[in-house]
Amino acid sequence: MGAVSATEQERSVGHGEVILDVENLVKYFPLRRGIGQSLRREPERAVKAVDGVSFNVKKGELFGVVGESGCGKTTMGRTILRLLEPTAGRVTFEDIEVTALSVEQLKQLRTRMQIIFQDPYESMNPRLDVHRIIAEPLRIQGMVSNSKDAIPYIEKALEDVEMTPPEEYLYRYPHELSGGQRQRIAVARALVLNPEFIVADEPVSMLDVSIRGEILNLMLNLSRERGVTFLYITHDLATARHICDRIAVMYLGKMVEKGPTDSLVKHPLHPYTRALIGAVFVPDPKRKGFGKVLKGEVPSPVDPPSGCRLHPRCPIAQDICKEVEPELVSADDNHMVACHFALG
Amino acid sequence: MALLEVRDLKMYYKTLRGHVKAVDSVSFDIERGKALGIAGESGCGKTSMAVTVLRLLPSNGKIHGGSVKLDGVDIVKLDDEEFRKSIRWKKISMVFQGAMNALNPVHRVGDQIVEAILAHEDVSHQEAVTRAEELLDMVGINPKRYKEYPHEFSGGMKQRVVIAMALACNPDVIIADEPTTALDVMVQSQVLKAMEDLRKRLDLSMILITHDLSVIAQTCDNIAIMYAGKIVEYGNVIDVFDHPTHPYGMGLVKSFPNIKAERTRVRSLPGFPPNLLAPPKGCRFHPRCPLAGDICMEEEPELIEIGSNSHKVACHKVDMLERGVDIWEQ
Ligand SMILES: Nc1ncnc2c1ncn2[C@@H]1O[C@H](COP(=O)(O)OP(=O)(O)OP(=O)(O)O)[C@@H](O)[C@H]1O
Ligand SMILES: Nc1ncnc2c1ncn2[C@@H]1O[C@H](COP(=O)(O)OP(=O)(O)OP(=O)(O)O)[C@@H](O)[C@H]1O
Ligand SMILES: [Mg+2]
Ligand SMILES: [Mg+2]
Repeated sequence: MGAVSATEQERSVGHGEVILDVENLVKYFPLRRGIGQSLRREPERAVKAVDGVSFNVKKGELFGVVGESGCGKTTMGRTILRLLEPTAGRVTFEDIEVTALSVEQLKQLRTRMQIIFQDPYESMNPRLDVHRIIAEPLRIQGMVSNSKDAIPYIEKALEDVEMTPPEEYLYRYPHELSGGQRQRIAVARALVLNPEFIVADEPVSMLDVSIRGEILNLMLNLSRERGVTFLYITHDLATARHICDRIAVMYLGKMVEKGPTDSLVKHPLHPYTRALIGAVFVPDPKRKGFGKVLKGEVPSPVDPPSGCRLHPRCPIAQDICKEVEPELVSADDNHMVACHFALG
Repeated sequence: MALLEVRDLKMYYKTLRGHVKAVDSVSFDIERGKALGIAGESGCGKTSMAVTVLRLLPSNGKIHGGSVKLDGVDIVKLDDEEFRKSIRWKKISMVFQGAMNALNPVHRVGDQIVEAILAHEDVSHQEAVTRAEELLDMVGINPKRYKEYPHEFSGGMKQRVVIAMALACNPDVIIADEPTTALDVMVQSQVLKAMEDLRKRLDLSMILITHDLSVIAQTCDNIAIMYAGKIVEYGNVIDVFDHPTHPYGMGLVKSFPNIKAERTRVRSLPGFPPNLLAPPKGCRFHPRCPLAGDICMEEEPELIEIGSNSHKVACHKVDMLERGVDIWEQ
């Protein structure tokens, strides 16, 4: 088993063509230094939120990114869309190098790449009705000159999120919608420009269980029937498992494992993935037992541990793990892991 | 006799648009040392139920009937002074939803626990410090960290500090409102493990409020499922998870994603959560229920025992709900 790079491996395996290619993406947030530190010329320090991540996503795929709070999922999603400027690395969408675009070119690309923000309450102006909420991106893109022209687009977007008949909802305000409907509007707003790629950042974490299924199935239908590609960001492995084609696991700004969903969930290879899956509670009182929890806490992303970032908490770490950072290598078809000992 | 017996408890909030019937004739029991999970969607009245038991109501909230018996004594009837002196925090205490974010950032963690002890107990400062150290140790935090500030603690540790504070006066019953909702899986597991150990060691009774059914499945003996201010299904966790019987209970249990199950479509329940200002007449779930008939729109169903083991369901169509038939299957 050779150390094939992530991108090479995935291009050669699997079904569809690659639509998004991320290479060695890095995003650091510099820490503000005190005057004393500056005078003493201490080195600039930074939060290493995303620290060299490579992967690709195929057309029509639902690609899940999971990991603990603070591991860099949101930062990665936003940097891919250049809502945050990358510190280093390259993002390619079809044949467009996103990381090289000017601001004006980037604005055009927004019609093809969209984001659904985590919190539908925060991201939605309570004083705007549905019609105006969804028309906003059309207006920003200059695709319609007045609100009447926007109606056909909006009706189509409402039909896409299965809110029919659209007239019924056009002039309602957010408080006149259920939680699930509100989140559908957030999806409709992302869809109105007919994007091919959507970053969905925790789109259901604020919703009650009974309505989560609506949104997740909607994403699934959009990917299967319309070929929309999703990057689904979540800390909830259980939902990712139900809708994703592939899942990647992040730890402290790095991708430690990725693979087809079933393979990753049933045969996790990385000690971190195993712990993460073990910690997920099962809604079944006959399968009681707290999973083995990793010792200690997630270290600071300002001074991440040397070598393998998991080593201080890892149950199988050896000396090499403190010194050498493991590369992401393929274990078998499309399943890749970054661990010195995962492959036996 | 159960340690805590709640019967027909009613608590309404008065608003300009009428009464919000947030707790509407709720009954349940908890035995000593047992844990009851309360599940249900946002706004169904879980927190309201807890603050009613503890009589920590906002000025517009009022108890409209029912009893809460602790060791046989109806604590709804006690006057405020007596309740404060002998029940709240002493016998029944609570970990509030979001409490870990309410720790005071400029005071040391240990001092905040000491403050909580001194507020309720007539002990010297030194005794309180000793007790605070014991409490930290009890929830798995090294007492040496007494002098640290909240920002030096992780989310899971802060949550454990808040639990330690609720244990300050050795209560018999602890109510934990969404104690792990803000935490991620790894830390959630640590906190719940600590709570479970404490409960066993101190023979505590616990009411665990959460919308996360997997947490209840893993940590509770019994479960009560609330819908629109009422308990619609109640029973032993094994009975309820194996044979959820109320249409809502069934929908909730079956739509909960399970990482260990085979991959299936994620389910959902169609329709709106009800408006508690004007809840639907009859069975409050009828507008969303595939089985609803005439009687469901007229009469409110009572919570009645079905089969054995005190599994209870409030549904007129309970006879149609043969065990194992999935009414939500499309
Ligand atoms: N604007 C910022 N300035 C400085 N640090 C930041 C900024 N945004 C994020 N971070 C830090 O970067 C790291 C990654 O944060 P990020 O929000 O990407 O994590 P996440 O995986 O999305 O977490 P969560 O599951 O909690 O949403 C964290 O340590 C966070 O504190
Ligand atoms: N002080 C108040 N005055 C009027 N209505 C209130 C008040 N507090 C809560 N409510 C209403 O009472 C109902 C029950 O609220 P409660 O907070 O008990 O729900 P919950 O089940 O705890 O929800 P969540 O899961 O979101 O915490 C809701 O409809 C809420 O809007
Ligand atoms: Mg995030
Ligand atoms: Mg609540």
